[in-house]
Amino acid sequence: MAEIIVVTSGKGGVGKTTSSAAIGTGLALRGFKTVLVDFDVGLRNLDLIMGCERRVVFDLVNVINEEATLNQALIRDKRTEGLYILPASQTRDKDALTQDGVERVLNELSEMFDYIVCDSPAGIERGAHMALYFADTAIVVTNPEVSSVRDSDRILGVLQSKSRKAEQGEQVREHLLLTRYNPARVQAGEMLSVDDVRDILAIPLLGVIPESDAVLKASNQGQPVILDDQSDAGQAYQDAIARFLGEEREHRFLEVQRKGLFSRVFGRKG
Amino acid sequence: MGILSYFRAKKQTSASVAKERLQVLVAYERSQRNQPDYLPQMQQEILAVIARYVDVSVDDVQINLDEDCSILELNVTLPEQKH
Ligand SMILES: Nc1ncnc2c1ncn2[C@@H]1O[C@H](COP(=O)(O)OP(=O)(O)OP(=O)(O)O)[C@@H](O)[C@H]1O
Ligand SMILES: [Mg+2]
Repeated sequence: MAEIIVVTSGKGGVGKTTSSAAIGTGLALRGFKTVLVDFDVGLRNLDLIMGCERRVVFDLVNVINEEATLNQALIRDKRTEGLYILPASQTRDKDALTQDGVERVLNELSEMFDYIVCDSPAGIERGAHMALYFADTAIVVTNPEVSSVRDSDRILGVLQSKSRKAEQGEQVREHLLLTRYNPARVQAGEMLSVDDVRDILAIPLLGVIPESDAVLKASNQGQPVILDDQSDAGQAYQDAIARFLGEEREHRFLEVQRKGLFSRVFGRKG
Repeated sequence: MGILSYFRAKKQTSASVAKERLQVLVAYERSQRNQPDYLPQMQQEILAVIARYVDVSVDDVQINLDEDCSILELNVTLPEQKH
């Protein structure tokens, strides 16, 4: 039985797909058989971030409609052992995702994998609802910015009332992943701090991913940023995976990085 | 706590303004979340009945349900009496 993780946010463009790719890859690197499922029907991007866009033949909707088998649609990641991608369709409308269909596909994946990571579309409409409905665990991706925090709180409300777990009287495990964090702007009082966002959302903090040039570079190359272990964002995602798996890791990259001799001598130890 | 921090505390940063606004908004939205689906319709109908007898606007009528939906609170600000 796989654990179903939804990467969700409400607000668009906060880093769900970037984070899904990093988390899926991170779990596979730790030896777990993992599948990344793109629920963003009509606007698929996960294949691009994972660098497998030219290998897409069938997609999630094909499998739901029984036009292809799972094995035909699953793309094996060439870099990371044990990692697969199930792409979303590019053309179809969101109504193609029926609850029964999604459940059937997730049940089948559940027999094959340890983790199913669902990349949710933005919004709180049908597509986002389908992505989170069957989740055991939610990773709520939030930017330190008012509209993102508000939308995260709304998506938490949906998780607490309209998920399968909620309907069964149980709880979806919730994690906060704060992304695009800019310590310099936080220090200047221009950006909500990690503690501000924690105070408001009041859910456990999985990680803080700094605003980083490495993310754009990684997406240009079609390579999840977690594989760039020289980068701050890559290391921050690695820490988040470690915490997800129950290890203790101090939060890094919360302070403005000191440049010069001092930081060079002591490096970037955690 | 030096004199510097005293001055700094006086001038609110935009991040602290953001936090305050969010705290108010999120608390309000959470309280709305647990409301039964019939509440908006009921509020409207109660308002319509009151408006038939007194000259009130939407803002003058406040209808709240408490957390476990056991007490309905109705607050009507009546217009000033004309003599
Ligand atoms: N830590 C980061 N540092 C810098 N840029 C980032 C970071 N995280 C994400 N981005 C950039 O933000 C943009 C949106 O990211 P992404 O596509 O992952 O968001 P999304 O939440 O999946 O968006 P959508 O809601 O459209 O699906 C991308 O251009 C990405 O490169
Ligand atoms: Mg996305």
